[in-house]
Amino acid sequence: MDALTTLPVLLPLLGAAASIGVGRWRNAQRAIGIVTLTAVTVLSAVALVRVDRGGTTAVAIGDWGAPVGITLVADRLALLVLVASMIMLLAVLVFAIGQPGAETHHVGFHPVYLVLAAGVALALLTGDLFNLFVAFEMMLMSSYVLITLGGRRDQIRSGMTYVIISLIASSLFLVTLGLVYAATGTVNMADLSGAVADLPDGVRSGIAVLLVVVFGIKAAIFPLFFWLPDSYPTAPTPVTAIFAGLLTKVGVYALIRTQTVVFPESTRPGTLLLVVAGLTMVVGVLGAITQYDIKRLLSFHIVSQIGYMVMGLGLFTVAGVAGAVLYIVHQIVVKTTLFMVGGLVELRAGTGEIDRIGGLARLEPVLAVLWMLPALSLAGIPPFSGFVGKLALVDAGFDAGEHAVVAVSLVVSVMTLFSMMKIWSNVFWEVPEVQPSPQAEQSTPFGRGLMVGSTAAVVVVGLAIALWAGPLHDLTLRAAEELLDGSTYRTAVLGP
Amino acid sequence: MTTLLAITAGVLFATGTYLLLGRQLSRLVIGIGLLGHGANILIVLSGGGRGRPAFVGNGTAEEMTDPLPQALVLTAIVITFAVTAFLLAMAFRSWLLNEDDDVEDDVEDRRVAAALAEAEDPS
Repeated sequence: MDALTTLPVLLPLLGAAASIGVGRWRNAQRAIGIVTLTAVTVLSAVALVRVDRGGTTAVAIGDWGAPVGITLVADRLALLVLVASMIMLLAVLVFAIGQPGAETHHVGFHPVYLVLAAGVALALLTGDLFNLFVAFEMMLMSSYVLITLGGRRDQIRSGMTYVIISLIASSLFLVTLGLVYAATGTVNMADLSGAVADLPDGVRSGIAVLLVVVFGIKAAIFPLFFWLPDSYPTAPTPVTAIFAGLLTKVGVYALIRTQTVVFPESTRPGTLLLVVAGLTMVVGVLGAITQYDIKRLLSFHIVSQIGYMVMGLGLFTVAGVAGAVLYIVHQIVVKTTLFMVGGLVELRAGTGEIDRIGGLARLEPVLAVLWMLPALSLAGIPPFSGFVGKLALVDAGFDAGEHAVVAVSLVVSVMTLFSMMKIWSNVFWEVPEVQPSPQAEQSTPFGRGLMVGSTAAVVVVGLAIALWAGPLHDLTLRAAEELLDGSTYRTAVLGP
Repeated sequence: MTTLLAITAGVLFATGTYLLLGRQLSRLVIGIGLLGHGANILIVLSGGGRGRPAFVGNGTAEEMTDPLPQALVLTAIVITFAVTAFLLAMAFRSWLLNEDDDVEDDVEDRRVAAALAEAEDPS
């Protein structure tokens, strides 16, 4: 079991080292990347099944016991998000191999991508706050490189905003860590949950709000989201897709983890989170409606959808947190898919401006189907995964008596449908007016096959979520129960 | 000593924040660096007051300083260092491409400014 918990972090790091070693041979790098990510996907799926049956496990790295040493904790929440993330990382890697551009031209792509995978895995599995900081830095450092890979002028411009905002968030995180340690004498999350309860109210709420701000910047919640729609769209498609699918969700994950495990029940900032959630949904979707570039439009939707997850957390009920977890899994898959299809459309049409494209449904029926399924899912149309996630959240909202935020969430999903239809009618209907882009000529039939194939595969994963929604929802309910209770987590880390 | 360090951290935060408000990339890089140093000093301080170094010689736990924040801060320093190096490389690249040192407006700002200019002067 120890190996199952540590390998998802170790394997990608070793893979990255090997990938640098064989930098001259791109095919060797590709093989290493695919083999590593496949192995991690399988391992984390096995770990998820074992943890679901046998309960949360914790590993003390180097045998330095908690709360002083570094602990990795594998519970249902962490492993569920890990499995979804790893499947997406694998699919996007295949997509990147097919696409002419960043992956072929830069030796650094594969190693950096694997470090990103290791950072995501560590952020999900870590049991202490400082290690979470290190994981975020691993993840962000690779994202800085990936977003500016190519060094074009617009990439440097938007990358600069992204890097500086992330660095300010990181400095704030460090400050928070210093204050937490000064107040409690520990940074281990399980240990903190006991120590935080003894703190004076003011100090405790101060720390809680600081953590909300720090992770809020990473998760792009209102009013800390403005950097996201500006920086994501300029990166190459595979990079934008994986950022959209994973990075903000890891921020939400950290928010859920800290607010449930660390803080005692009476002091959770529920109302604050619900208000922020409502505003995030509305502002995000309004931003999306005004946009005419596929990737920018979708980037605003990332922000809007983050609101739903925060809403589930803000309810602080088992059903609410379970809904949030289900929604994270759904979003990781659907957001990645939409950006992949968006990239394919851009590649085919030579532009991302939706009023300059038309009639793709007739020219590229496969693309139209691949777009339609996740788009309807995002808007929450039955029977897709978005509907399942929204149903769980709305249900939980009614049970908790928070009617206002439920109403907001329903209105926003209608507006989401509207903006998805805007893309559909502009891009896929209308009279065909498409000039093939210079890039489209470079992509080989095999490369195109890889891109469409990997996109189709993630669409199927999205459908599978809807198909197995029942068992998955039960799993998230068990995960949420464990989170809100916190005692199994504490016992696993600190011993009985 | 603790008070002096606390004041130093405060000054670093204040200066760093002031520098971040500017538009020049070189100032931003220094500002981020200063913020990082401030945070690091804060972490060192979070371990409590002065004492004997841990792991050297023998003594009671009360005489020793807390080694954990020192371990944390070493990691944080290395990360700040790497990030500053990357930021400098980016600032240099930006200078090569634009031949100036300013942070540029984002796409939306420029679009809004253009729309405003058009509304005021329809010709």
